[in-house]
Amino acid sequence: MDFSVNSTDYLVLSLLLFSIGIIGVLMRRNAIIIFMCIELMLNSVNLLLVSFSKQYNDANAQLFVFFIMVVAAAEVSVGLAIIVMMYRKVHSVDINILNRLKH
Amino acid sequence: MSNYIFLVPLFPLIGFLINGLFWKSMPKSLGGILGSLTVFASFVISLLVFFEVKDPSYHVQPIKLFDFIQSGSLVVPFAFQVDALSSLFLLIITGVGFLIHVYSTSYMHDDAGMVKYFAYLNLFVFFMLLLVLGANYLIMFIGWEGVGLCSYLLIGFWFKNKDYTNAGKKAFIMNRIGDLGFLVGMLLILMNYGTLSYQEFFSHIQQNGTSLPPNMTNWIAICLFIGATGKSAQIPLYTWLPDAMAGPTPVSALIHAATMVTAGIYMIARSYALYDIAPLAMQIVAAIGLATAIFAATIALRQYDIKKVLAYSTVSQLGFMFLALGVGSYTSAVFHVMTHAFFKALLFLGSGSVIHAMGGEQDIRKMGGLGKKMRTTQATFLIGCLAISGIPGLSGFFSKDEILSHAFSVSPIYYALGILAAMMTAFYMFRLYFLTFTGTFRGTHEQEHHLHESPMAMTLPLIILAILAIVGGYVGLPEVLSERNGIAAFLGMNNAVVNHGEFHLAGSMEWMLMGISVVVSIVMIGLAWTVHKTPSFAENRGISKILENKWYVDEIYDAIIVKPLNAISGVFDRFIDRGGIDGVVNGVGKGVKLGSDRMRQLQTGQVGFYIFVMVLGMIVLFSLSVFLIK
Repeated sequence: MDFSVNSTDYLVLSLLLFSIGIIGVLMRRNAIIIFMCIELMLNSVNLLLVSFSKQYNDANAQLFVFFIMVVAAAEVSVGLAIIVMMYRKVHSVDINILNRLKH
Repeated sequence: MSNYIFLVPLFPLIGFLINGLFWKSMPKSLGGILGSLTVFASFVISLLVFFEVKDPSYHVQPIKLFDFIQSGSLVVPFAFQVDALSSLFLLIITGVGFLIHVYSTSYMHDDAGMVKYFAYLNLFVFFMLLLVLGANYLIMFIGWEGVGLCSYLLIGFWFKNKDYTNAGKKAFIMNRIGDLGFLVGMLLILMNYGTLSYQEFFSHIQQNGTSLPPNMTNWIAICLFIGATGKSAQIPLYTWLPDAMAGPTPVSALIHAATMVTAGIYMIARSYALYDIAPLAMQIVAAIGLATAIFAATIALRQYDIKKVLAYSTVSQLGFMFLALGVGSYTSAVFHVMTHAFFKALLFLGSGSVIHAMGGEQDIRKMGGLGKKMRTTQATFLIGCLAISGIPGLSGFFSKDEILSHAFSVSPIYYALGILAAMMTAFYMFRLYFLTFTGTFRGTHEQEHHLHESPMAMTLPLIILAILAIVGGYVGLPEVLSERNGIAAFLGMNNAVVNHGEFHLAGSMEWMLMGISVVVSIVMIGLAWTVHKTPSFAENRGISKILENKWYVDEIYDAIIVKPLNAISGVFDRFIDRGGIDGVVNGVGKGVKLGSDRMRQLQTGQVGFYIFVMVLGMIVLFSLSVFLIK
């Protein structure tokens, strides 16, 4: 059995990660899980970029990845803060409670 | 002094601003004094300017204050032209205006809106001064519109009475019809000559008189004359002036007799160079003027409202002035403007004094014998009547005789019809005088008890105007009586106004014409006395009834213009406005509302749903980019 890793495998892995992320975002009601799923999607994209970078011998994509990581870190801090505030207000992290905009 | 000419209109403007801004809080007497003083200050400066202009070494040069319009090649400066014509009008406006302001301080004293009244009056004087001072047609037009506005405001001054406000609206709308003619004339001048300035325009047409398109000058002159028929109340736009008597009597004296209504005469006299080369327009001016003079005089014969008689008399006299303009005797028209300002302001103020004493009554059928109680008013009113009837020695005689003799030299028919109008003038003025001041009193007992002479502030202007009505004519003695005609010579300085052609009648001929008009006037006065010595007011029948109802002109206008217009407006209102335009506008609103009701269902408030839609959208975009945009 050949366990060597070729570039197609990276693509498949990143596609799987992204799909898990999307399904998680769509299915779950817990804000923290949704948040984690978003991070998962970001990381799947990072993986994709890195693998393409290797494939085409181009370092630009890796530079991109660093930027995405920086932005993701910033986004995490903001997102977590929002979730904390949400918990303080309604003592829950269930997003279905947050439907007051409708009214 | 003419460098300070801007002060002349500035003073009344300041008076208007102060009176207009503080009319609610200001004491009445202060408003009156302020209003009168500002006009007096303008009068003093006008007097100084007049003497400067009178000096033979004076050189006419437009005084530019600033550029009013600057747009590409079109530059219209805000400039004043001080020459013989405008300085004479300045004196009439500020002089007579001041007397009427003084009179108003007493006449309007019981009115709650007195300060507002003076604000309007000051504003009127300001615009009138702008009208005569402007060095181009646009500045004249600003003043022209401004005096129309003030006329509207003052006719409807007692706005709680619906008839009065309707009279104001009528005056405004009638004037607007004329103003359109003025505007078209102005644009034609601009299109063909590229300038609105008097000096440039007139020097252009005087130099290139024959090289112009043959009909263009006629059209411009006719358009300007249409403007004049509106402002100066000539057929067919005269009907607003008699209705304008709804305003306070001093307003009728100032605006609707002495100054504003003469704006049309001023305009044509100012544009004499244009009319000189527009023979067709001249004939129209003469014909309309003559027709108005006779037509209005016939109506005045059978009116019972003291102010209506004077109003129709004003229309008739304005017709005389247009006759003078139409036969090319511009200076005699301006001369008649001046003398008419004196005696007609006098007559109106006299009638105001009568109305004041009668407690608001204007019907001469209820007057009579007022002379015993009101000596000053009677004497001054008599002088006014004698002056307007053309009795020798008074101002009206000289100016009217001048017009008639010039009309004779153009066409004896003009002269004959003019004499006819003058005959009627003498008759209706003395009918008015005899019915009001002689005989026995016909009003109620209460009114008789209340009769009194008016206070000093009202009688003094009457006396001054009476003196002016006597001596005002001596500035323009005809050629048979003096070596030269003073006013014609003055107006001819720097070519401000020059008559069309030379008028020369043999001395004997002129004496004869004068004799005819004097004899006719005296006969008519005698006739008025025999008819109205013992007044009887039986129901009018036949022609008299038609005259009493003013030839039914108002009714005819109502039937052929106002009613069809209202009917068409009704149709437009129902089908085009409410059906068409409202339908489209409301339809758009309804469509948006319906659509948004549907779209609102999407807004569930569920975050999960939003994310789902977002992902769905992303997938759609992705598939589009992959499958469609290869």
